[in-house]
Amino acid sequence: MAVSMNNEKRKVVINPVTRVEGHGKVTIQLDENGHVERTRFHIVEFRGFERFVQGRMYWEAPIIVQRLCGICPVSHHLAASKAMDVVEGVDQVSPTAEKMRRLMHYGQTYQSHALHFFHLASPDLLFGFDAPVEKRHVLAVLAEYPDVAKKAVLMRKYGQEVIKATSGKKIHGTGSLPGGVNKNLSIAERDALQAEVDTMIEWGVEGLELCKNVTKADLDNLAKFGTFESNFVSIVAEDGCMDLYDGNLRAIDADGNKIFDQVVPADYLDYIQEEVRPWSYMKFPFIKPLGKEKGWYRVGPLARVNACDYIDTPIAEKERQEFMALGGGRPVHATMAYHWARMIELVHSAEKMKELLADPDLQGTELRRKGERRNRGVAWLEAPRGTLFHHYEVDDKDQITLANLIVSTTNNNEAMNEAVRVIADQYLDGKEITEGLLNHIEVGIRAYDPCLSCATHALGQMRLQVQLTDADGKLIDEKLRG
Amino acid sequence: MAKPKVATGHFTGCFGCHMSLLDIDERIIDLVELVEFDKSPINDIKRFSGPVDIGIVEGGVSNDENVEFLKQFREHCKILIAIGACALNGGVPSMRNTVPLKECLEEAYLNGPTISGGVIPNDPDIPNLLDRVYPVHEVVKIDYALPGCPPSADTLWAALSALLSGEEPALPYELVKYD
Repeated sequence: MAVSMNNEKRKVVINPVTRVEGHGKVTIQLDENGHVERTRFHIVEFRGFERFVQGRMYWEAPIIVQRLCGICPVSHHLAASKAMDVVEGVDQVSPTAEKMRRLMHYGQTYQSHALHFFHLASPDLLFGFDAPVEKRHVLAVLAEYPDVAKKAVLMRKYGQEVIKATSGKKIHGTGSLPGGVNKNLSIAERDALQAEVDTMIEWGVEGLELCKNVTKADLDNLAKFGTFESNFVSIVAEDGCMDLYDGNLRAIDADGNKIFDQVVPADYLDYIQEEVRPWSYMKFPFIKPLGKEKGWYRVGPLARVNACDYIDTPIAEKERQEFMALGGGRPVHATMAYHWARMIELVHSAEKMKELLADPDLQGTELRRKGERRNRGVAWLEAPRGTLFHHYEVDDKDQITLANLIVSTTNNNEAMNEAVRVIADQYLDGKEITEGLLNHIEVGIRAYDPCLSCATHALGQMRLQVQLTDADGKLIDEKLRG
Repeated sequence: MAKPKVATGHFTGCFGCHMSLLDIDERIIDLVELVEFDKSPINDIKRFSGPVDIGIVEGGVSNDENVEFLKQFREHCKILIAIGACALNGGVPSMRNTVPLKECLEEAYLNGPTISGGVIPNDPDIPNLLDRVYPVHEVVKIDYALPGCPPSADTLWAALSALLSGEEPALPYELVKYD
């Protein structure tokens, strides 16, 4: 595609970037010499949950707010339940309830990570970022690696079956509620899931090996691709162990030093704030003590693997140590390292499911506890895409009066903007805009697995439209991909 | 004979209906043999390549971009199916309809406890919100509607299979019983 470089300012628009909740859009402002002046990653959807859930009965929250997302409703279902545990005065749910919720959570992490890696990342990683458009989707993976694609479908299916057994439905279940859960795991359900769990661990390890091999084959380039340094935030257990379901908050800086540690949910307002920018419906969280400029951070698999001290399942722990060696004593910062970290978590989730399925507490009968009612509940957990914060206030009539939700992908807003900027500098600056460039930006955003990525292009790639407009907004040229 | 073409789309919803479609699991390998996918989130075609036999849409209509894309679906699809509560009656996002839009925006961007220096987003690069969330049939004519939040994979599969065989879907009670 020929681009006329006639010394005018141009704006490159990529719309839509369909890997976020709703849709996303990238705009790149170029100066007269084709150098990147400014890049923005806009989120273009707004629904208003924080307002319209006010007035609802507090026990409805786990059911309503999970409709935030059809890929990870379990994350919201559980985070809202945990916040409402606090409102009901239940500071510790029963062992059966905790383990049912944990099993639900590891099941959803497993299916979400499997779908992201195999259906989204694998086409780029197997065929190359510059492969022809016709090859960069999972139909081509199905054709050339049918075994891999079929396993991916069955891995996702397994995770969904775990969710159904623990929450009652594959999508938008009802199993978790304030104070506990409303069902345990029957012997029949347990036996059915136990029969497949070793295979799920095995296939998880195969997927991780595939990811590592592909990464190591091009390590120098992939280590630099869209890479920048940042702070990281993650929940960890009291002893610093990785814990995707519960724990306290830790933040580390780019060198791995702790910014804060073991912060409890009730205190979150002292540590996390959100900035608003007029050009996006998604907010920009930052670490309050560091301020807006320096306080932005990353969450999700890369943050969790970097921030924890160890993982308490054997295969994942061994893999974590190999992974951390890449950082030479510092956190691993490479954008593409997200995929590797994600696959470590995939294996960890499967190992955890195996442990839980063998636990007779899942057949226990104490499902729910009650305590002294309070008017405020804050809770969090590590959703597949990152730290998820739920904060509610409830009045004496049991109605919700306030809801503040900081949703996983939101935490990565600044980081995704930075990835776009770095990649635009690396590949677009002063150059002709090509189809391959478009895919490079896509690959960088995709590494963060923003919500909606799972099905938005389960078999494909982001549709991208690039328009060149002159300073008056007149269309000079246009390229459509897909 | 050419395979029937199927397109799918998503507006203001949670994507759960598409996820439910993916819950057909291994049947997707068969589906890929039976139909040719046109514009859809589950392949790499981003624009309608021409007329399409069946279009499936989820999500309600909450902004001007939704309206534009939904109209494109009606234009290109011989049969248009709306799936899920959001498409059929606005669903959970339409809970904002009882509250002035201004209050929803203020709560999210000005009043929230973690907001530092709030401003209501407003930029030519982001779509404009409509006064309410609308079901799709208030914007375009719909040929079939499948309720559920989401409709199950078996329901979606049964309806799609019937239509692809040129039959009217006749879904048994178990497939249309919703909670």
